[in-house]
Amino acid sequence: MPVDKNLIGRKGEPVTMHVERGKIREFARAIKDDDPLYFDEAYATREAGGIVAPVTFLQTASHWDDGRGRPRVPFDLKRVLHGEQEYEFLAPIHAGDVLTAVSTVVDVYEKPGKRGGSMNFAVIETEYRNQGGTLVARARSVTIETGQVVKD
Amino acid sequence: MASAKRYWEDVKEGDALPEVRVEKLTRTDFVKYAGASGDFNPIHHDQTFVEASGNPTVFAMGMLNASILSRVVTAFAGRPNVRRYKVRFATRAWPGDDVICRGRVTRKLELGAEKLVEGELEAVNQKGETLISGSFVAALPSRA
Repeated sequence: MPVDKNLIGRKGEPVTMHVERGKIREFARAIKDDDPLYFDEAYATREAGGIVAPVTFLQTASHWDDGRGRPRVPFDLKRVLHGEQEYEFLAPIHAGDVLTAVSTVVDVYEKPGKRGGSMNFAVIETEYRNQGGTLVARARSVTIETGQVVKD
Repeated sequence: MASAKRYWEDVKEGDALPEVRVEKLTRTDFVKYAGASGDFNPIHHDQTFVEASGNPTVFAMGMLNASILSRVVTAFAGRPNVRRYKVRFATRAWPGDDVICRGRVTRKLELGAEKLVEGELEAVNQKGETLISGSFVAALPSRA
């Protein structure tokens, strides 16, 4: 099905996300990272002003999204792939921060698939601001809907 | 592990970043990352669902592999110095696969007051197939 260009500009509702020390610890363990910046409060405070969030930690925002934060793109979950992900960090993110995330569909397009059918792409950009209103990070994610069930 | 302190002046274009290796991914690893991240797409944990969707078994979230790969950058520069991290997913990692992560400095530059390092990243499996290709920008402290 061709992609609907009207999706461009569609926004999700703002998502409020508390950056919690326990969640940072759980996340760091799941990615097998024992960096004391994520675990040791005294060390992290000395080195970085407090426990910091891992590079990919903003993925946990989905725990704070009741479903209205991510702008709807009508792709079939069985054929969806995560194509690309990018983070730009503009200011520190520490345990205790309260972030507000706003996501926008910034592009949708289609390309012929290598394995038949056409592939649809959606690019979603999310801006994260902290409790002081400072823009701390920008994330861009590219989601792909393949023409058929994904096979390597 | 805590990152070693590196100064911008001591880094050269072409330098290798510390290698990070996770051996033999397990389904438990996927479930732990699902809980940690909130990615409950059943394709990563539900055998019944994946078979119905035409896959042999569950596979790792791309973001689990990308998170492991990001440790190359944080081991090199320290988490607070990471300015940009970008990944492109190539092939999937299955239970039993290794995730072997490497990086290389491609450019040094100064932007405003910051001394930056750009580099390329790659995660491969035990067969040498690319799981992820990526890039980063990090700021490093200066001796100046």
